[in-house]
Amino acid sequence: MRLVVASGKGGTGKTLVAANLAAVISLEREVVLADCDVEEPNLHLFFPAGEKTLPVMTDVPVFDSSRCTHCGKCADFCQYGAIVVLKERFMFFPEMCHGCGGCELVCPEGAIILQKRPLGHVAFSRPRPGVILISGVMNEREVMSPHVIRETLNYTSGHPVVICDAPPGTACPLVETLEGADACIFVTEPTPFGRHDLALAAGVAEVLGVPAGVVINRSMGEDEIILDFCRSRNLPVFMTIPFDRGIAETANGGQLVTDGMPELSAQFKELFGKVCYLAGVK
Amino acid sequence: MFVCVTAKGPGPEDLAEERFGRSPYFLFKSTEGGEWEAVPNKFADAAGGVGPRAAQVLIDKGARVLITGNIGGNALAVIQAAGIEIYQYRESGTAGDAFQKFTGGQLKKFA
Repeated sequence: MRLVVASGKGGTGKTLVAANLAAVISLEREVVLADCDVEEPNLHLFFPAGEKTLPVMTDVPVFDSSRCTHCGKCADFCQYGAIVVLKERFMFFPEMCHGCGGCELVCPEGAIILQKRPLGHVAFSRPRPGVILISGVMNEREVMSPHVIRETLNYTSGHPVVICDAPPGTACPLVETLEGADACIFVTEPTPFGRHDLALAAGVAEVLGVPAGVVINRSMGEDEIILDFCRSRNLPVFMTIPFDRGIAETANGGQLVTDGMPELSAQFKELFGKVCYLAGVK
Repeated sequence: MFVCVTAKGPGPEDLAEERFGRSPYFLFKSTEGGEWEAVPNKFADAAGGVGPRAAQVLIDKGARVLITGNIGGNALAVIQAAGIEIYQYRESGTAGDAFQKFTGGQLKKFA
């Protein structure tokens, strides 16, 4: 079973929920925690430990100028604008290349071969008993985060319980993380911005056919803005986390709230039960 | 000289477009006379990689001059590498107005 913790809006508490959910599950069974927010992975802050890493590579074309006739077939094929062919030369923009390899296939002169280029790495650690942390990390200046996310998810496959901390937003990185998941938890906050981005993210889950529920974070007891929305979209509200200085201080100090606050620990355990039910896993 | 003007519509009476890569149309005309030719920009609504692909259209058409409002970094690199001169038109007139200002020497060279 693979669960995704997502949000749409950034900074709502995805990582807080994913980290504490995993910590609570780990008391009873082994859990894989996957950080798919590869542009800014931060789960390791809650789980400091020695890591082992493996590189993430992508394919990029290398051009043999002596064979190239500037026919333009590669540029015509490239959907990402990474190749431009001029009369006497060509230009290649490596950061726009998605590594699909199509240019190599369509080149009639055999002037293109694919080479590997590093995009980032995946870090593995065992920060506490029962928790395996797998973090995707994309190198600075890179933009092809779905590659790194896919590789990170590949390493989680086959494990019975996987919790993914999703990237914010609703574009390709979220789609890559959410596609094929068994259930999704959207963490939101009771603000117009929270509601707006929750609506967008919930739309992505609907299109992908992933059942979803909501965790309201930083609640001050007046959550109608989110509750109304959830009712209108048939989204269950799984849990409400209060706007509380103790919780903020604990999280900002890199500690898990479920380690020191038994009532929250019980609520996260309940959250896991509700998500399992939503995912159809008993 | 073969000139391209970015435009919101397919004719010289349509408004000039400020953006290059996402311009709805590319209008071509020679300074030596002849008809206007409109090429719809099929990348106008694409998600990304728009600039270089739009630049490829100009290169394939053989344009020597581009008249537009603004242009992004990747497209600029391609346009300059192709030796196409860029002139900036940032007023609210039509594509035809922009073309006339260019032939009248009233437009400033970009970058």
